[in-house]
Amino acid sequence: MRLLLREAFAAFRRAPLLSALSITTIGFSLYAVGLFALVAVNMKEALRLVEQRVEVVAYLLHGTPPESIALASQDIAAFPEVERVTFVSEDEALKRARAELVEFRDAYRDLAVNPLPASLEISLKDGYRDADHTAAVAARLKGYGFIDDVRYGREWIEKLDRLRNIAGLVGLMIGLAFAAVAVVIIGVTIRLTVLQRAREIQVMRLVGATHGFIRGPFLLEGAIKGLLGGLVAIALSYGTYTLLRGQIQLATSDIVFLRSSQVALGVCFGVAIGFLGSLMSVERHLRNV
Amino acid sequence: MIRFAHVSKDYPKGAALKNVSLHVAKGEFVFLTGHSGAGKSTILKMMYGELRPSAGDVRVSGYSIGDLSAGDVPKLRRRLGVVFQDFRLLEDRTAEENVAFALEVTGARRDGIPARVMRVLTQVGLAAKAHAYPQELSGGEQQRVAIARALVLDPAILIADEPTGNLDERATRGVFQLIREINAAGTCVVMATHDLDLVKQTTYRTIELREGQIVYDSGAEAGAAAAEDDL
Ligand SMILES: Nc1ncnc2c1ncn2[C@@H]1O[C@H](COP(=O)(O)OP(=O)(O)O)[C@@H](O)[C@H]1O
Ligand SMILES: [Mg+2]
Repeated sequence: MRLLLREAFAAFRRAPLLSALSITTIGFSLYAVGLFALVAVNMKEALRLVEQRVEVVAYLLHGTPPESIALASQDIAAFPEVERVTFVSEDEALKRARAELVEFRDAYRDLAVNPLPASLEISLKDGYRDADHTAAVAARLKGYGFIDDVRYGREWIEKLDRLRNIAGLVGLMIGLAFAAVAVVIIGVTIRLTVLQRAREIQVMRLVGATHGFIRGPFLLEGAIKGLLGGLVAIALSYGTYTLLRGQIQLATSDIVFLRSSQVALGVCFGVAIGFLGSLMSVERHLRNV
Repeated sequence: MIRFAHVSKDYPKGAALKNVSLHVAKGEFVFLTGHSGAGKSTILKMMYGELRPSAGDVRVSGYSIGDLSAGDVPKLRRRLGVVFQDFRLLEDRTAEENVAFALEVTGARRDGIPARVMRVLTQVGLAAKAHAYPQELSGGEQQRVAIARALVLDPAILIADEPTGNLDERATRGVFQLIREINAAGTCVVMATHDLDLVKQTTYRTIELREGQIVYDSGAEAGAAAAEDDL
């Protein structure tokens, strides 16, 4: 075991430049993944914040009797998805419009009749605020005869959702491209090390070292490079996150960093790249010694 | 110990061995002689599992070389010691480290290594130069280190491919004397050489090859009889 470690680390001394290059490439591979993961994670966070405020607004026909509205409110409040139902009367709607839309205050003041409809503002429970559940609630609301129109931010939610998926995919693709480059560079490093150690490998075989023993240091070397690459990527990602934190805000809260489980997954991925890169080339090159 | 039965080795350019049969008994000393290109190294390489026969059957220390699995090769090699004309020492390691290397890479217990290394270095007469690097040693001394490395795993068979080919007369005598002592202590030795002076000095069994065929074997019967039981 000590010999294995010694050999694995000696490889770094033998080819410091190529070793640094493979670590850097793995680092950048995972940094690319990390950046897009950051974007995706924060879009998800933004989505959560937006979804928290998702309301379905049902506009009522003018002249709907208050008893019907009260009954319907109770009914709707009993939907499994619904958290709260608030009735906004025509007068209240006008008052709000005057308060919120300062530019039109004069126009609203001079109106003879109130053009704004009364509405039911329905907020959904946590876990039901996604596009599908919102649409289901909206469809049910349309069943009421006195409900004129139902509005909710579906397009907005779906667009954000799609954007998040694209960010994740782009990150993954760029990451994979870098990973492929990393695998090639690791292959070159191993070829070099195998050539430098050809004599040693010949003697090992001659005296009866097992194949696993001979290739062990190469695989360990690859895995260590992957680990170091993963750490480089985390440092870069965290640095970027720190720089951006002051600049970008998600609604009212700060942008978030990856969870520790996601960071760990990234490092494991780095180790896997390094290990696989070694595994793929070590057999081929050992055969030529 | 070793049995070749109707063994051939073909290369695209022609056959390196043609219908070679031989037995080597436990503890025997056998010279393989013949001109350069006669097939000596080819036979030795089959013995340590570096080459497989194109036809025929090769058995060494219980292993059938023709269908040796990848996992069997190291097991076979641990029962053999192999030395070459060019020593094959690691230049960046001392004599002691070169010998210890064989133990380290075959998973020997670490705490036993120094004693085992000193024992074989003493046996080959190099205890005093344990800390010397190969380039600080004469050819004869380097071959002694290589022999020590081959012996440290206590092999049943020592395979030597022209071990004196790079040595002057004095060093040749010393190394050959050492190999004889190793054989006298019970290790089977197969030694390829084209140095007929060495061969004539002794009464050891001699197998002569010419163009891939055995043209003379001074001990075929004796060897065959003895080899039957200890395969
Ligand atoms: N790898 C190879 N490819 C083709 N021919 C080979 C190879 N190795 C050996 N030979 C041929 O096999 C014959 C025997 O070679 P070898 O066993 O090395 O002879 P020796 O050791 O007696 O000098 C020679 O004619 C040589 O050219
Ligand atoms: Mg030869």
